[in-house]
Amino acid sequence: MIKKLKKILSRVLPNLFKKKKHLKIGLYGPPNAGKTTLANKICKDWLGEEIEMGTASAIPHETREVQVQENINIKKKGKQLTFNLVDTPGIATKIDYEDFLKHKMNKKNARERAKEATKGVIDAIKWLDNMDCVVVVLDSTENPYSQVNITIIGNLAARDVPVLIAANKTDLKKSNIKKIESAFPQYPIVGISANKGKNIDELYEALFDLVH
Amino acid sequence: MLTLQYIPFSEIEPLSSNRRIAKLLTGVKKNKIVLMQGRLKPEEEAALIQKTMEEVSKEFRGIELCTINQEKKNKDNFQQLKQLFTKWLVGDRDSLTIIGPANIVKEIKRNPDKIELLTHNIKKTTKRKRNGK
Repeated sequence: MIKKLKKILSRVLPNLFKKKKHLKIGLYGPPNAGKTTLANKICKDWLGEEIEMGTASAIPHETREVQVQENINIKKKGKQLTFNLVDTPGIATKIDYEDFLKHKMNKKNARERAKEATKGVIDAIKWLDNMDCVVVVLDSTENPYSQVNITIIGNLAARDVPVLIAANKTDLKKSNIKKIESAFPQYPIVGISANKGKNIDELYEALFDLVH
Repeated sequence: MLTLQYIPFSEIEPLSSNRRIAKLLTGVKKNKIVLMQGRLKPEEEAALIQKTMEEVSKEFRGIELCTINQEKKNKDNFQQLKQLFTKWLVGDRDSLTIIGPANIVKEIKRNPDKIELLTHNIKKTTKRKRNGK
């Protein structure tokens, strides 16, 4: 009921929403797309070199709890945006502890990680309702037509949450932004490399356009 | 041996979201590949993933999920409106949803024009089960 009222108000009085000071901007996507690497890059750019939101790793489901960094203030070309950044665990439809064994993890740790990862996915989905704006981080070397990507974006559309797609890992040879553009033509897409810091300024510009 | 279970739209339509999800998961947990006429709403798909995660165990490792939409691209505004109205009136019967258990279905590869369902080596899966691993 409150959500519906909020939706109606945001349509009738759009300026009311725009003046909201602390937006919640979420980073969503499948595991290992680079959400935490991007979150860390944003924190380093605007809060200082020593600030990190989490540990990025090649092992899937490294982020298993929702992390929130408050009061990030971006200033660009006279524009300003203050928001709380929410880094979420990667959303997946399956979690097999045996996959973690391939990363030289022992059975006990792998099972524990799998258990935590399932809770992380549940939490990430629960948090969808709290978002004002979402950057969907996709690995541009992977096939974008996965059901997880479609489900995430479909849920954001159903909730009227503005979406920006960050096609990450453009520094890698296999990267294919065009495939992402053809899979999701109705959304703004920015090719970035969160790891190398490539094109991040364009991402901030797109974020301004999306929110303002 | 692979078992396919077909669920027509008429069987799913009268159910509440929770019961739809329960019905799909029951089939999948019996190691069946479920083919459902129509598709779930985005919120139901998210709830299906949540429910799946709640039930992940040593034996059940999750699902592979894919929805095929038969909508044709390049429709004019009138055709799009007609399609929306039809969906609103009789539901989305043109789509097909495939859900399989992750211990059997390795991957459902979807490109715009083709779907490939790749299974694990079934002999290996059976052996693993027999050994109780």
